Amino acid sequence: MLKGAEIVIKCLLEEKVEIVFGYPGGAIMPIYDAMFDYQEELKHILVRHEQGAIHAAQGYARTSKKVGVCFATSGPGATNLITGLADAMIDSTPVVCVTGQVHSHLLGTDAFQETDVIGISMPVTKWNIQVTKSEDIAGAIAKAFYIAMSGRPGPVLVDITKDAQFGSAEFNYQKCNLIRSYKPQPIVNLNDVKKAIQLLDKSVKPFLLIGQGIMLSSAEDELVKFIEKSGIPVASTLLGLGAVPTNHPLYVGYVGMHGNYAPNIKTNECDLLIAIGMRFDDRVTGDVTRYAKQAKVIHIDIDASELNKIVKADVPIHGDAREVLVELIKGVKSMNYDSWLNEFRECDKVERDKISLPSINPIKDLKMAEVINKISVKTNGEAVIVTDVGQHQMITARYYKYNRTNSAISSGGLGTMGFALPAAIGASFGTKKQQVIAVIGDGGFQMTIQELGTIMQSKVDVKIVILNNNFLGMVRQWQEMFFDKRYSGTDIQNPDFIQIAKGYSIPGMKVESRNELDAGIDALLTSEGSFLLEVVVEQEDNVFPMIETGASVSEIRLS
Amino acid sequence: MKTYNISVFTENNIGILNRITIIFTRRHVNIESITASESEVKGVYRYTIVVNVSLDQVRKIVGQIEKQIEVLKAFYHENDNVVSRELAIFKVHTGSFIDLKKSESILNNHQAKIIAIEQDYTMIEKTGSPIEIELLYNELNQIEILEFARSGKVAISKPMKTLEEYLKDFQLNN
Repeated sequence: MLKGAEIVIKCLLEEKVEIVFGYPGGAIMPIYDAMFDYQEELKHILVRHEQGAIHAAQGYARTSKKVGVCFATSGPGATNLITGLADAMIDSTPVVCVTGQVHSHLLGTDAFQETDVIGISMPVTKWNIQVTKSEDIAGAIAKAFYIAMSGRPGPVLVDITKDAQFGSAEFNYQKCNLIRSYKPQPIVNLNDVKKAIQLLDKSVKPFLLIGQGIMLSSAEDELVKFIEKSGIPVASTLLGLGAVPTNHPLYVGYVGMHGNYAPNIKTNECDLLIAIGMRFDDRVTGDVTRYAKQAKVIHIDIDASELNKIVKADVPIHGDAREVLVELIKGVKSMNYDSWLNEFRECDKVERDKISLPSINPIKDLKMAEVINKISVKTNGEAVIVTDVGQHQMITARYYKYNRTNSAISSGGLGTMGFALPAAIGASFGTKKQQVIAVIGDGGFQMTIQELGTIMQSKVDVKIVILNNNFLGMVRQWQEMFFDKRYSGTDIQNPDFIQIAKGYSIPGMKVESRNELDAGIDALLTSEGSFLLEVVVEQEDNVFPMIETGASVSEIRLS
Repeated sequence: MKTYNISVFTENNIGILNRITIIFTRRHVNIESITASESEVKGVYRYTIVVNVSLDQVRKIVGQIEKQIEVLKAFYHENDNVVSRELAIFKVHTGSFIDLKKSESILNNHQAKIIAIEQDYTMIEKTGSPIEIELLYNELNQIEILEFARSGKVAISKPMKTLEEYLKDFQLNN
């Protein structure tokens, strides 16, 4: 017989969990106590806020390709996880949260630090469960890991009452690999694949659009095989960045509101759109009634409810991206799309001349783009780049040349400011070989700034770049463009970031002019351990290209 | 906009009803009626949910319901494709009901029956379509209706594939 709390730890070890991000509190104390005896096997990272725990778990999951795990106590501990759960839900990140809960006899009585975390987290979890008996803990955790990781991944929450943690039960772990009501791995319908091949055969201007699904199904190699065999140009969504190396000759950029010019424009000129592992977010489609209407659409997704949800597909294929690509590779013919590819290159030239080159070689103030471009060159596009949300995020997506998969970590669907710093901590624990650089705006940095304490204590290596324009820049840009420059609530007074870092024993450097930039980035990249580089950039810089809300992708603005 | 009858088959777990209703809430869709009970398969629960939405909406809603881990299967049917009933119970004063002319023939015409009778009250049960219940309501409303309760719709679809067969498919495909 083992105590429920110890069973929790044993289960995690059975699932090969090596690291937990968490914060203790009353209702989860028995689990923390049990963990004390397993410090060798299970590393615990004490965060400074539960939101930091779950974002770190997300960052860890996205670089390690394993389930991220976090612990929080009941009540406020659990509610602090909600933003991260919503983020993981919309960005399909496998996370298992274990929360403590008050004694089962106190459930529903407004006990101290009691909250209905099952009810609150239901819309933002793939699955959740409350466990009130010690003997049910192992089964619940086994299911949690299976559900979090399989099919379209997502966050799962297991809420365990304190009496279940204190009570005892036999421990006999059985990994879960079947739930009769849950079919995570659909069998690919080869008829659908045949139909897709027929469309591919007829197409003169095919266009492939890939999302994070490629990485989630580890289909990077198959993707490259597919494009190289077929010759079809490929674009990525924000979360799909890096699935195909940016320098691949068939890679034509990333799509969306601030994406590249060519792939946005060409979406409305292709005759066949093949979308894999992406969900046609409104930031990708712009006005959906004028999105790729001229094209036939093949949509491949593991989540059946995504098919025909936003864009009607002529051939929807329900399946795992890798499995479908394997079939498509067999059937697709090699074709010559040179003139079609040239159309992309002509658009690229327009974008390069009008936006990219002036942005990375500006004459006056330091621009965000030149900072990111330099970091990209100096790291050879091989770092893990974790971004927050806002202008710097879009600029990084545009100017960092990702050459590795699972290396572009950002809060895509939810757009959570404050994501980057804790996610970078997790990402750093999740990757063994790559350098982790967090690029953050001055606003978002202050939303989870307390996690500098986590960096200090855990000695994790995170290179922090703050692009400081002394504004909540993205909102300011919209105010400039759509609200008559009425800068309501967007001018932000910042602290001395270098002093703050110093308080946490993190060395730093502030760059205010172009001639200091190289030295600053070099100091960042060569420092032993974490480093904070603050770059003061042009205050009222705008991100272009841009598809305005309600505009069509073909109405993308260059200025 | 049309009336759709959504049938959902689920495991018998705490919270699953909440998970289902959240999908309607998120899409700002009102549920007209909802009933739940164990189905012909032990341990599997059947929900009948009636909504007024477009075909496109009901398709997406059902897709998102089916995605829930503990949902075995979900379907939607138009009224023509289901056989459905509601149950209503009326409570009236026994005295005024007896005084009512043709009280006997009202019961006969509406195929309603008395299920309880006491000195001060009488309970009348009526099973039928929502419209039939409405008609009886109007007729009884001549006298005071003390209390009135009706179930949501219970419905079974006309197509012949059974839940058991779907369950088998599930196991085969897993």
